Amino acid sequence: MKLIFEKSSPGRGGVRIPEDRISEHDIIPADLLRAVPADLPEVSESEVVRHYTKLSRLNYSVDTHFYPLGSCTMKHNPRACEAAAALPELCATHPLWPQLRHGGLLTQGSLQILYSLERMLAEITGLDEFTLQPMAGSHGELTAVMMMAAYHRDRGNRKTHIIIPDSAHGTNPASATLGGYRVVTVPSDETGVMDLEKFKKALNDETAGVMLTLPNTLGVFNPEIKEIIGAVHAVDGLMYYDGANFNAIMGRIKPGKLGFDLCHLNLHKSFSTPHGGGGPGTGPVGVCGKLRPYLPISRIAKTKDGTYTLDYDFPKSIGYIAPFYGNFAVLVRAYAYLLMLGREGLRATSDRAVLNANYVQEKLRPYFAAVTAGRCMHECIFSGKTLRNGIHTLDLAKALLDRGTHAPTIYFPLNVPEAIMIEPTETETRETLDEFCAAMIEIAELSKTDPDALRNAPVTTPVGRLDEVAAAKNMDLTC
Amino acid sequence: MPISPFSCTSPDDEAAMLAAIGAQSFDDLFSHIPSAFQSDTFDLPDGLSEMEMMQQLRAAARKNSSDLINFCGAGFYDHFIPAAVDSLASRGEFFTAYTPYQPEAAQGTLQAAFEYQTAIARLTNMEVSNASLYDGGTALFEGMMMALRITKRNRVLVDEGVSPIYRTMLRSYTRNLKIDYRELPMAEGIADRDVFAKTLDDRVGAVLLQNPNFFGCLDDLTGLIEQAHRVGALAVVSAYPISLGVVKTPGTMGADIVTGEGQSLGLPLSFGGPYLGFMATRKKYVRAMPGRIVGATKDGQGRRGYVLTLQAREQHIRREKAASNICTNMQLCALRSIIYLSLLGKHGFADVARQCMDRAGYAWSRLKSIDGVEPLFDRPFFNEFALKLPKDAGEAVSDLIGAGIAAGFPAGRYYPGRENVLLCSFTEKRTKKEIDILAAELEAAL
Repeated sequence: MKLIFEKSSPGRGGVRIPEDRISEHDIIPADLLRAVPADLPEVSESEVVRHYTKLSRLNYSVDTHFYPLGSCTMKHNPRACEAAAALPELCATHPLWPQLRHGGLLTQGSLQILYSLERMLAEITGLDEFTLQPMAGSHGELTAVMMMAAYHRDRGNRKTHIIIPDSAHGTNPASATLGGYRVVTVPSDETGVMDLEKFKKALNDETAGVMLTLPNTLGVFNPEIKEIIGAVHAVDGLMYYDGANFNAIMGRIKPGKLGFDLCHLNLHKSFSTPHGGGGPGTGPVGVCGKLRPYLPISRIAKTKDGTYTLDYDFPKSIGYIAPFYGNFAVLVRAYAYLLMLGREGLRATSDRAVLNANYVQEKLRPYFAAVTAGRCMHECIFSGKTLRNGIHTLDLAKALLDRGTHAPTIYFPLNVPEAIMIEPTETETRETLDEFCAAMIEIAELSKTDPDALRNAPVTTPVGRLDEVAAAKNMDLTC
Repeated sequence: MPISPFSCTSPDDEAAMLAAIGAQSFDDLFSHIPSAFQSDTFDLPDGLSEMEMMQQLRAAARKNSSDLINFCGAGFYDHFIPAAVDSLASRGEFFTAYTPYQPEAAQGTLQAAFEYQTAIARLTNMEVSNASLYDGGTALFEGMMMALRITKRNRVLVDEGVSPIYRTMLRSYTRNLKIDYRELPMAEGIADRDVFAKTLDDRVGAVLLQNPNFFGCLDDLTGLIEQAHRVGALAVVSAYPISLGVVKTPGTMGADIVTGEGQSLGLPLSFGGPYLGFMATRKKYVRAMPGRIVGATKDGQGRRGYVLTLQAREQHIRREKAASNICTNMQLCALRSIIYLSLLGKHGFADVARQCMDRAGYAWSRLKSIDGVEPLFDRPFFNEFALKLPKDAGEAVSDLIGAGIAAGFPAGRYYPGRENVLLCSFTEKRTKKEIDILAAELEAAL
């Protein structure tokens, strides 16, 4: 498809801006002006509408396709949450208005929503306080690492490293580094959890903390979690819960009650805010009481008379990590979702996410090498090494696209060869899961009987396999 | 009514599926987790219907004073958003997709991102752009880190005219890193050339500037950037994208990295987010740039297509050695921006900038003629300027709220000693009548 710039024709325009002048003379001297206008497209509104409507139709999305992208929780995005976020009184509010009249009196509605969401997330995770500021999961991780650093500095601890299992998302080590720590990677054992003996060897007085995903990226709930937490606390280390897989345990397990000190939640995963083609996400961070002084400012407080106010007086705070209060419109969606789920709906959601994943796992177990012998949590992981005749997991992924489904996450976790990571979520019917499994099985069979039929996949998509090596070499990044 | 309103399985389905996997019950699915680890009590309300939820949120929303005539900007502006932006960006095919890991199934998102990158490069007069970052503040931090990676130095000089909101963020982020972070005072509303001349040496890796700066003052940074280059430092310039419709661009001034807040490009204020961080640079630095980058390439049949590229920079491959920890970015916000920019187009975009300038010009002549009101700086400005009032600006603003006006931002909140300074901004949405009301009410309040 042509680029919007390639549709440009001089003299066309989309939206008219009034041209009335109320000022008597121009205020900027010529040497501070740009010489020529930016070369944006000149297109009519109808062309813009058609262009982006057509582009949208080139996408696979949850609205149009089953999207079992492991570790991403691609669940349905309820439209009521969109409507809530679009309420005009919420969209039109300037983030600095709370400062125009002390106590945030101009924005009581927005502050009430944020405060209520914080309290709900604290209850769900068993932690004491939440900050809603982090703008994505990895931003939440970094915020948490910064709080760990502030805690240790305050206590006079000399801490140099953070322990992270090898199955973790890449964002964990990247965030730890950006927080000023060295990363110590501990390998997984044969059951898929962090190797306990190797972990104990890595743990010492200089351990600032441990970042764990639970269930981990292999979908395994670490049975030794209490022992790990106890050992970390014994060296005054902090336990960080990466909430990427929280959709597995909502309404059943509170990370705070297990002994975790900090956690982030991906509201765009577990709490159903749209993924947006790659953001905006939102990654609120919860902490236990002893970390409360280090939370980012500003904090939202509820006063005795029931009004909401912003509090900046936290001298030990890590400071500002976002310009304001987080991705507010995303937070509204999550709040709306939680209000509709309620207490029972929360647990029912995870129950069904886990049921669907186990259902898929058992259906596919005869055809692919499942990573776990027993039950899985909210996602199931296979190795594509059972595919025959040089057919790889990549070929399977592309062949699935031809069968009307988005591919699972592939080649992650890194410690599973030819990994296929399937997360069906709770918002899929049994029929959809059956169709998906049938497609997976068909592809497994074709790898034996007609592998050439898979090598060119996908053939039904707008483009075939793209030359990524050439893309990196040519660096054709703009037109 | 199902207890999980968004699940799709019926009780019969569930019974059959549990049987298929050999489980007795849902509890059975969690039986491998010791019961001592599980919590039974969750102090949460009962689930609401959609209708009840909306009633509750509408009631909350009404507690906001959202109908103020707004002259408060300070980096976040109330611009007009054409209806087609919402209409197109609310297409489920866009907003319910994710990061384009399977490019054949995500050409819509990828091509839009490629178009966005092009538009940002053209706006800033830079060669390349990434596909978005979180916001203007984190983008500036990422730009600073990028400059330090390239120069392999650790000293940063930051002009006081850079948004104080961003500077507080920079201070938080640099605290645990081996970065020598220094803020330099302004002189008469712009970066102090003498102070920079004295402070710039071959230990400095990054110089952080903003144009127009927090007080709205415009500056030609060309000479200052040359100075930085002479000692081997890189210049990171934070820009307000709407101003680039008319104002001399950071690229023209020689900036190495340009970042900024993209909120004004078709995103509602929404009480602080989601917003859009943008970043553009020179092609030679692209491998040090953080964030997703989309590149054009071809498929086996020679058809043009788009992919995420240069991924060897990123955390999912490089882990602790990555250029940044960012994963999810702001794709939907970037999409809104490219739709906004396409709708306005080459001339419409410049028209918006000129209208902002025009409104600000009118307000300038009205407001500074009020008795006791003086301009804080006598500098060229784009759509925002600072006034010195004869009283506390916070009080004046508070007084005007009653008249339905958010008169501006009291700069003393961030600049102690400047309690009488009011920062006023003007967009194309503000009318002559509204500005006249502002002038009259302000005069009455002083």
